[in-house]
Amino acid sequence: MALEMTTDTESAMNTMISARPAVSAEGETLKMRGRNVKVFYGDKQALHGVDLDIRKNQVTSLIGPSGCGKSTFLRCLNRMNDTIDICRVQGDILLDNDDVYDPHIDVVELRARVGMVFQKPNPFPKSIFENVAYGPRIHGLAQGKADLENIVASSLQRAGLFEEVKDRLDEPGTGLSGGQQQRLCIARAIAVSPEVILMDEPCSALDPIATARVEELMDELRQNYTIVIVTHSMQQAARVSQRTAFFHLGNLVEEGLTNDIFTNPNDQRTQDYITGRFG
Amino acid sequence: MFWTYAALLLLVFVTANVYGRFRAMQVAGNQLSALHSRPGYYGGYLAILAALPAFTLLIAWEIVEPRLLDTMVISAKAEIVAGLSKAELQAFLRDARAIAFGGIVAFSDAGKEQAAEVFSSLGQTSLFLKTTLILALVAGGMWYGNRTIAPAMRARHFVERTVMALLILCSAVAIFTTIGIVLSLVFESLMFFRQIPVLDFVLGTHWSPQSAFEGAGAEQGEANTEIFGAIPLLVGTMLITAIAILVAAPVGLLSAIYLSDYASTPVRAIAKPVLEILAGIPTVVYGFFAALTVAPFIRGWGESLGLSVSSESALAAGLVMGIMIIPFVSSLSDDVINAVPQSLRDGSAGLGATRSETIRRVVLPAALPGIVSALILAISRAIGETMIVVMAAGLAANMTVNPLEAVTTVTVQIVTLLVGDQEFDSAKTLAAFALGLLLFCITLALNIFALRVVKKYREQYD
Repeated sequence: MALEMTTDTESAMNTMISARPAVSAEGETLKMRGRNVKVFYGDKQALHGVDLDIRKNQVTSLIGPSGCGKSTFLRCLNRMNDTIDICRVQGDILLDNDDVYDPHIDVVELRARVGMVFQKPNPFPKSIFENVAYGPRIHGLAQGKADLENIVASSLQRAGLFEEVKDRLDEPGTGLSGGQQQRLCIARAIAVSPEVILMDEPCSALDPIATARVEELMDELRQNYTIVIVTHSMQQAARVSQRTAFFHLGNLVEEGLTNDIFTNPNDQRTQDYITGRFG
Repeated sequence: MFWTYAALLLLVFVTANVYGRFRAMQVAGNQLSALHSRPGYYGGYLAILAALPAFTLLIAWEIVEPRLLDTMVISAKAEIVAGLSKAELQAFLRDARAIAFGGIVAFSDAGKEQAAEVFSSLGQTSLFLKTTLILALVAGGMWYGNRTIAPAMRARHFVERTVMALLILCSAVAIFTTIGIVLSLVFESLMFFRQIPVLDFVLGTHWSPQSAFEGAGAEQGEANTEIFGAIPLLVGTMLITAIAILVAAPVGLLSAIYLSDYASTPVRAIAKPVLEILAGIPTVVYGFFAALTVAPFIRGWGESLGLSVSSESALAAGLVMGIMIIPFVSSLSDDVINAVPQSLRDGSAGLGATRSETIRRVVLPAALPGIVSALILAISRAIGETMIVVMAAGLAANMTVNPLEAVTTVTVQIVTLLVGDQEFDSAKTLAAFALGLLLFCITLALNIFALRVVKKYREQYD
């Protein structure tokens, strides 16, 4: 009872002093907050009112069986669902204190703040350099050529790809191996200096070594960025994330510290899923 | 006669097919699993053996027989046909055939009656021989096939190989027809170039072949080599094609972008077929649209600005031709733009690019090879187009790049050279073949270029 009151007071205060970042009960900053998020594809409802917080500088995993709505939720966070004509989103999603679905918000600016890495590596049919320079160019982030080259180099460095490609930045990005392509896509996302990076099963098309490389990278990246990852691999969720959210049939079943979810889940469905009884 | 035999052979084919199945089941003792192939293949095997050799013979006979008969009649009645010219000989044979086999006889005389007798006796022999041979082939095929049908016999392989041979034959027909057309173009052009030097034709700037002979009847065959310069025609063709592409490329490409990336599904479902209907309008309709609607409009508009516009102008023909080729550009470009994977669009959108930035910087570069080849196909189409320019561009071989003047094109000149009564050995007529060859070379070069562009940039995205 006392706890509920604290949360209520806090959210009331947040509304009043919108400049102050929201914090969790443990005092961690909440980078993004989903409140009662419902998503419909035509007549079919894909998400039934999800409340989920994303904590700053942590990796949050979304797990669950296929079709449970985890990717749908992820794509709500930077409004990638807008590209699907029949998709409707209800409820509130806040980035810091901005409502992501506010009609006045600029989607372009939002996606520059909340970047995305996709399931299948999708480098543009351009050179490695141009792939990374794409975002800075369209947002006008670089002052001159030298600055752009700096941004590209540092992004590739942070994505752990620079050493492998520094001598062939002019070669097409599509010529890299699958794991390198995915790191190129991560570098491309980093280049626009986002605050949050969304990753939709980023390793499902990669071999184990490339997967390990990308997982290491996620751990390094969380120093500077907030990361949300959708994954089908529970080992991966356990390895890379600090918090885990379990989705089932369009509902958020439970969310908590990764350790707790995997060793001591509250809900029977979570227990069944992580022990491989369904999904 | 031919069709009767063909129908009978079809009957043989069907019967042998049915019997072959039956026979296969019989030799297998009704054990389906004992057979190497399904029973239908044994039916096909027997049907092919029984009908195909006979059918081949029938066709060969139909092609060879008339010439053979002609030769035999001529050698049998050499004293009658001696001294006849080629045309007279043809008329003679035609009448003799008509007397012998029935038909309209122009006029008959004793010589033709005699030749007709030879024709009819030879015809009877030929018919008898043909029938006997066909029957023998059918019977032989049936006998051999019936004997060889056995459970271990690989009927499926035989049928598949025969089908493959038929497919090869069909594609060979298309290829050899093309080769034949090209060869005929080349040989007729060579005859032309024997009279007119190649360089005078390719580099000459004066075109008026209708006055090929200086004065009526003067020194037949002595063509004036100065008046077969193809350059004005090429300039006219290029001018009109350029105008057409200037219309079709932006309109077609932008409508393709709208259709593939902006239009909602219902709009696209209606707009795309409607746009493609443009391609279904007969070119002759475009032609009179250009000549009767667009040309006077341009003329009136030009006069109101104080410009002199001829009533047949390159601009009118080019504009309408551009409209005609819009569907080529838009439909093909729409296909290639749609083929760019959605993942690339998502990747760009995920970086905060707007829809137009995504199209300009990611989709169009990825689709470029396809778009180029669509444009080049449209250009070849415009270069070869005839009806619109015949009606709207004029006949005067002006060498000008002013779109408001009348120009003429290669295709228009081919039409005017070959319309009406022609003798097929004058330079004037042969010039049409040379022009055709020139046109063929240009479009061929464009097509090869387009193929190379596509090949070079293909699979940039996977």
